[in-house]
Amino acid sequence: MSLLEVKNLQTSFFTDAGEVRAVNGVSFNLERGKVLGIVGESGSGKSVTAYSIMQILADTGKIVGGSVKLDGQELVGAGEKVMRTVRGNKISIIFQDPMTSLNPTYTIGHQLMEAIMLHTDRNKQQAYERAVEMLKLVNVNEPERRMKQYPHEHSGGMRQRVMIAMALACEPDILIADEPTTALDVTIQAQILELMQSLQRELGMAIIMITHDLGVVAQLCDEVIVMYAGSICEQGTADEIFYHPCHEYTKGLMRSIPSVDSAGTKLKPITGTPIDLLNMPKGCPFAPRCDAAMKICIQQRCERMQINDDHAAACWMNVKAAMERQSDEGEEA
Amino acid sequence: MAETKNAPLVDIRHLKKYFNITVGAFQTKPLKAVDDVSFFINKGETLGLVGESGCGKTTVGRTILQLYKPTGGEIYYDGKPVKTKRDLKEFRTKATMVFQDPYSSLNPRMTVSDIIAEPLDVHDLCKTKEERRERVLELMNYVGLNSEHASRYAHEFSGGQRQRIGIARSLAVDPEFIVCDEPVSALDVSIQAQVINMFDELQDKLGLTYLFIAHDLLVVRHISDRIAVMYLGKMVELANAKEIYDHPLHPYSKSLISAVPVPDPKIARANVRIALKGDIPSPLNAPSGCPFRTRCQYACDKCAESMPEFKEVSAGHFVACHRTAEIND
Repeated sequence: MSLLEVKNLQTSFFTDAGEVRAVNGVSFNLERGKVLGIVGESGSGKSVTAYSIMQILADTGKIVGGSVKLDGQELVGAGEKVMRTVRGNKISIIFQDPMTSLNPTYTIGHQLMEAIMLHTDRNKQQAYERAVEMLKLVNVNEPERRMKQYPHEHSGGMRQRVMIAMALACEPDILIADEPTTALDVTIQAQILELMQSLQRELGMAIIMITHDLGVVAQLCDEVIVMYAGSICEQGTADEIFYHPCHEYTKGLMRSIPSVDSAGTKLKPITGTPIDLLNMPKGCPFAPRCDAAMKICIQQRCERMQINDDHAAACWMNVKAAMERQSDEGEEA
Repeated sequence: MAETKNAPLVDIRHLKKYFNITVGAFQTKPLKAVDDVSFFINKGETLGLVGESGCGKTTVGRTILQLYKPTGGEIYYDGKPVKTKRDLKEFRTKATMVFQDPYSSLNPRMTVSDIIAEPLDVHDLCKTKEERRERVLELMNYVGLNSEHASRYAHEFSGGQRQRIGIARSLAVDPEFIVCDEPVSALDVSIQAQVINMFDELQDKLGLTYLFIAHDLLVVRHISDRIAVMYLGKMVELANAKEIYDHPLHPYSKSLISAVPVPDPKIARANVRIALKGDIPSPLNAPSGCPFRTRCQYACDKCAESMPEFKEVSAGHFVACHRTAEIND
């Protein structure tokens, strides 16, 4: 049994303009101690997927279907009481913006200890010790002095460390990181990613890494999900996704990033703009922007198809081609 | 192209910009945002300017266009100094700027055609209404916007399209030199690639010269001919784009380049990052001597005593480090 099983998750936002299907049939399994990357552009539903798992959606948002099982326990419809035991204890989340996710009116120490005392039965003294220990773990220098300081006295990288310390204080099984380094500089980003990697190995937790940066995914993730317009277009191990992409969108993304060798050449961007979630087409959501779109792509949505044990994609053209290629290879072998 | 790339179009000498920051009730202290920076940009070339937040790269761009009044130093454009008000007015018809944030840099009360035509109105470049309209449509065509968008407002557009409007505005006065201040960092990957290509095409078509400020090193490497690296108000290294990527000499450039996440799992896993200790010091309490010494693994006593000179170590490769020769054996 997987640690986390998400099946056909559907989340909608009910706005004045109509129902926005932000997440539309997302399924994946997360094993213990693995790092899963969810990549996509803004509006692809990657953050909403995470918020749905935690059930911390905005008031207009609602999970309208599917299931989320943590260690076999169903979370969708389980109620706020159950979720309170899950959040922070079993699944923790760190947000993108370290500047706004801490309360500016309380000290770092107060906020860390509050989280620890809420989730465990440690007393104040024990919570203090645990908080200092956590700050040491995430390489904050002079933790005792930092405990007495307010968030504005810390730099962005330091605040993100405090957020990570807070998220890890109760030793969760799963850490969801929602663009944890997007607001940080490259050298600080490298420090934070390195820290997350070593903590993950040390504590053996699973990480769901939400990002738009394929470089971060390549460095950190075992498995990758590529999302577009609320659904998964491709899913597989990092090597499969990067070296044998089987969806036109993934291929387009890869072509869009400048590489060390691309200087002096033209990039090949994906044309057009992301789709309006209020007016979803009948067929493949990526078809209007896809150079290789065929008639069937516009008429009918491609269901997820398994290419091999490590790779699945939802693209009419590529999946067939990939399967043929593999069966050819199989026959030759 | 080779011939046009020879003469320096923009020549910056010892540029300084200090901001006075209030500390305590009656005291102010200078914040040295840009401290003695010199470089030149050749005609038709793209100079990439990289560094982390707070290093002064945006201030350099803004001070060159004198959106901030320089505290010291000289700016030469096409061989002539930009000093008097008259110089400046003329300079600003040749040098323009594209801003980082496509959301806050466009006036929400103006239509797209008014936004794009504003520089034309300010500099009185169009004699008739007809001429103005034609020019706006031509500019919109350059950046791939439909003519029917002209009467709409900025909020009706996506981030990528807004950035196109900003670029069209910067092209309005028919400039030779554009300061691009993080023009793609607020955009999604697929849109970012479209805009980068557009900068490329416009450069070929109109013979533009760019100062391209960004923190994404892969983007800068892609678009630039030469790259300059800044740290805490100082320029620490400047060289040909390929040279600085393959053989960075300054310890800060080395760690900056090694920290770039490469979108290739095998390379990324094998990549050895040179981790830096701690954070950037506050520019209000900048360290004595070399600003990087507090985070530098090679720092010695000399680094605390004096700021190393920004000197040419090989053809076109400038670096400011006392120990360049020792650490790059």
